[in-house]
Amino acid sequence: MAELVAKSPCDGVLPLEIGSVAAREEDLGVITALLPYRAQGAALSERLKAAHGMAFPSPNRATGKAGARAIWAGREQALLLGPAPDPGLADHAALSDQSDAWTAVRLEGEAAEAVLARLVPVDLRGSVFKRGHTVRSQVAHMAGSVTRVGERAFLILVFRSMAATLVHDLKTAMEAVAARG
Amino acid sequence: MRITCPLCGDRDRREFYYKGAAVALDRPEPDAGAEAWDEYVFLRDNPAGETRDLWYHADGCGAWLEVRRDTVTHAVLEARLAAEAAR
Ligand SMILES: [Zn+2]
Repeated sequence: MAELVAKSPCDGVLPLEIGSVAAREEDLGVITALLPYRAQGAALSERLKAAHGMAFPSPNRATGKAGARAIWAGREQALLLGPAPDPGLADHAALSDQSDAWTAVRLEGEAAEAVLARLVPVDLRGSVFKRGHTVRSQVAHMAGSVTRVGERAFLILVFRSMAATLVHDLKTAMEAVAARG
Repeated sequence: MRITCPLCGDRDRREFYYKGAAVALDRPEPDAGAEAWDEYVFLRDNPAGETRDLWYHADGCGAWLEVRRDTVTHAVLEARLAAEAAR
């Protein structure tokens, strides 16, 4: 029997610290896509509150906190990050385990907004994009998800197969921002 | 060019995939007859002015949108969920 060693998506390419910005991989735990059945949104949200302590997020919002978070991930979709999903959620939604499907990177620092401004075609400045806000958009040319998780911290998700590309694009943007001094 | 997605808000055109005229929202009944089906499958208007297209918010929320826009002024007039437009 072969010895299989699990590797995280950014194994060997993160962490990275350039100028005032750091990028490090996040281990989010279990990642579950929640796709509410027709007219089951409210019931799903109640179940989610009872089981995991957060409501089903409305568009462009995230609920919960580090360790147990739900982020809106598209039309009638959210990702539950952290806990293994309560089986009762399946009464109201299709659940799909996507734990191995995503690359998760925490980008943090004074100039994190400036780095993302080079990669994401949405205004992510703190005045309009506050903690608990999230977007589905592009990160460079990749489909991704960006959530503000702190004053100067963002959680970036792209598909796992894009891990090295994400790090490359982040590094390029971090270097360019740092070069401006 | 920017499109205001009803879910995501005001977004750059690069996040969207263009499908074409929004005819799929008006599919004829199976027994509508050859003429109606011929028109649905093959005939398209080419308006100088207001048009209705389907756009897919591929790098956003993943919703199909019906977008009204003006081919002369390039103004985007309205965008709504195709799921609602088809009701
Ligand atoms: Zn959208």
